[in-house]
Amino acid sequence: MILTGWGRYPAIDCKIETLRDTSDISRIFELDRSLIARGNGRAYGDAALNPETTLLMKGCDRFLEFDPEAGSVECEAGMLLSDLLEIIVPHGWFPPVVPGTKFVTIGGLIAADVHGKNHHVDGSFGRHIESLRLALPDGSVVTCSHSENDELFAATIGGMGLTGIILSARFRLRPVASKFIDETIIRAPSLEALLSLFNAHHAATYTVAWIDCLARGPNFGRGVMILGEHAMPDRPFNDNKSRRKPGPRLSVPVELPISPLTRMTIGLFNEAYYRLQKPRVRRRFYDDYFFPLDIVQNWNRIYGRRGFIQYQCVIGGKDAENGLRRILELVRDVGLGSFLAVLKKLGPGNRYLSFPMNGYTLAVDFPVRVATMDGLTRLDAVLSEHAGRIYLAKDARAPRNLIERGYPDIERFRELRRKIDPNRKIRSVLSERLGL
Amino acid sequence: VTGAGTRSILILGAHSDVARPLARIYAEDGYKVILAARNSNRLSSDLADLRIRSGQESDAREFDVLDTAGHHSFLDGLGELPDTVISLVGLMTPQARAQSDFAAADLMIRSNYLGLVSILGEVANRMEQRGSGTIIGVSSVAGDRGRATNYIYGSAKAGLTAFMSGLRNRLMPRRVTVITIKPGFVRTRMTAGLALPAALTATPEELARAIRHAHRKKRLVVYHRRIWRLIISIVRCLPERVFMRMQL
Repeated sequence: MILTGWGRYPAIDCKIETLRDTSDISRIFELDRSLIARGNGRAYGDAALNPETTLLMKGCDRFLEFDPEAGSVECEAGMLLSDLLEIIVPHGWFPPVVPGTKFVTIGGLIAADVHGKNHHVDGSFGRHIESLRLALPDGSVVTCSHSENDELFAATIGGMGLTGIILSARFRLRPVASKFIDETIIRAPSLEALLSLFNAHHAATYTVAWIDCLARGPNFGRGVMILGEHAMPDRPFNDNKSRRKPGPRLSVPVELPISPLTRMTIGLFNEAYYRLQKPRVRRRFYDDYFFPLDIVQNWNRIYGRRGFIQYQCVIGGKDAENGLRRILELVRDVGLGSFLAVLKKLGPGNRYLSFPMNGYTLAVDFPVRVATMDGLTRLDAVLSEHAGRIYLAKDARAPRNLIERGYPDIERFRELRRKIDPNRKIRSVLSERLGL
Repeated sequence: VTGAGTRSILILGAHSDVARPLARIYAEDGYKVILAARNSNRLSSDLADLRIRSGQESDAREFDVLDTAGHHSFLDGLGELPDTVISLVGLMTPQARAQSDFAAADLMIRSNYLGLVSILGEVANRMEQRGSGTIIGVSSVAGDRGRATNYIYGSAKAGLTAFMSGLRNRLMPRRVTVITIKPGFVRTRMTAGLALPAALTATPEELARAIRHAHRKKRLVVYHRRIWRLIISIVRCLPERVFMRMQL
């Protein structure tokens, strides 16, 4: 079966196996083929693809335990975040970290150690995990936590599914007083203004900025800062008015033959978006605040047949602002940066292959074309100078030396892999491309 | 009816890929759910999951559709007869195997048809006596016309469809509703590895919602996805002389 990541590039013919009961995992390891686990296929590139066996985990989606008093949950790795939200929010709990889509599995959240708009305060998802159950390549199943198999635990968080098959996880939740987020929108006319907003609002729970990658001259780096706080209740949780039908309301039904996204259309979109984002405060349903793109089902199809690459990097260190500026200049000059350019200031990170670290992260979508691939190589060069990192969950093309430079723990990760998986039973297209 | 206002549902074939989303929908709607399948001890994690999702206790029972002699005592063991019984029981063996190995054909026919004549027949008798109830059976579009590629499975499903149609006819005056669900392609273990056209293929979750909807609306015969009703009505109109030359 032809599979792709969310970016629809690359497309690989993969043999599929399905897991419905975590107790069946030994059967999968007995197959004489390498494998990688796949959740909901929302990693953008080649992380959840293996032509020999791609193991579909979505059938393992049961709650194992939920304590509505203490706010902790244990569930199987194939559970969708959207499913989790449906159950826990009415009890006054929220996931500790959510990414930009709710259509991801818990296993995927852990394997990519996702960050959210609260990373500068609360860290990544991995920080909130109490324990997880991992099936190792030798067929054994172990429990990992800070006190038990702690190195394996640390390496699995952000380990792109390469340390074993994550079967289930137990993690802590955040208490919330309502289903609503109080959102504050602030416009920043330049990059300096935008960056100073991150510093001014470092205590806000949720911060993220949209940035206009095509703006030139005095407008260069202009953007819109979006802050959020969990709202105090003005309606009871079970109020039906606050219950909207979950799930997408719009859809891109077919792959567009050519992408309508050109420099001109994106420029017009960005101009309109910037002008429409009037500074204001408003109360929004959590879904609309955290997952605006989930409203459009299959939005990834608008990039056309060849798919797209999301270039997400993080630049840290003293020179981070300068590095970010250089990257943005290049994105502007390459000229194909999409309307979805997102900027966020991150807090301290985790170990091994976890992506987030102190600094600025920028995510820009590029349709796959020869010109953009060349442009990305130029971005790589700047990123490498600043020892920046590419987010593996988004990547489909980064060169090995860039990844090695950006992830200082990579050798330790390889060492651990050699120890637990000498025959490289667990593999993905990504792991083979980068020698992980 | 169990308790004050609590409706109950028995799901036969609870290891089916459709069973889990279906049980969740009914549990969240306040039904008491009874899951029935072979190796019912393997359903314990599903019971925990249903409890967390719905706040309701569910139940798992040992049930083998082929053990027709045990069907009476299986129903007796439930205590009260559930308000609704849904059968998701089904077995599809590749046609090539079924036509060359009678044991495989025999097993398929007993699983898809004979066993259900036994259990659904007895459920019908008891509901008739009670004067209320709903029986929902998942048959298949494969039963609507025999095709070279799938006719042994199809003939068993055709038998089930006719059986349920007759039950409906018989039980209508006794206020027992009989609903036949005819899925086209569904992405399940049964169809794993087959190349299915995306536009005609449903997910198990989608089929589960369609079953709940059909139940709520008291539909009688439901095709899912709905396009199949059109496809099948065209296929059924083809003269045999034309149909026999087609590769479907």
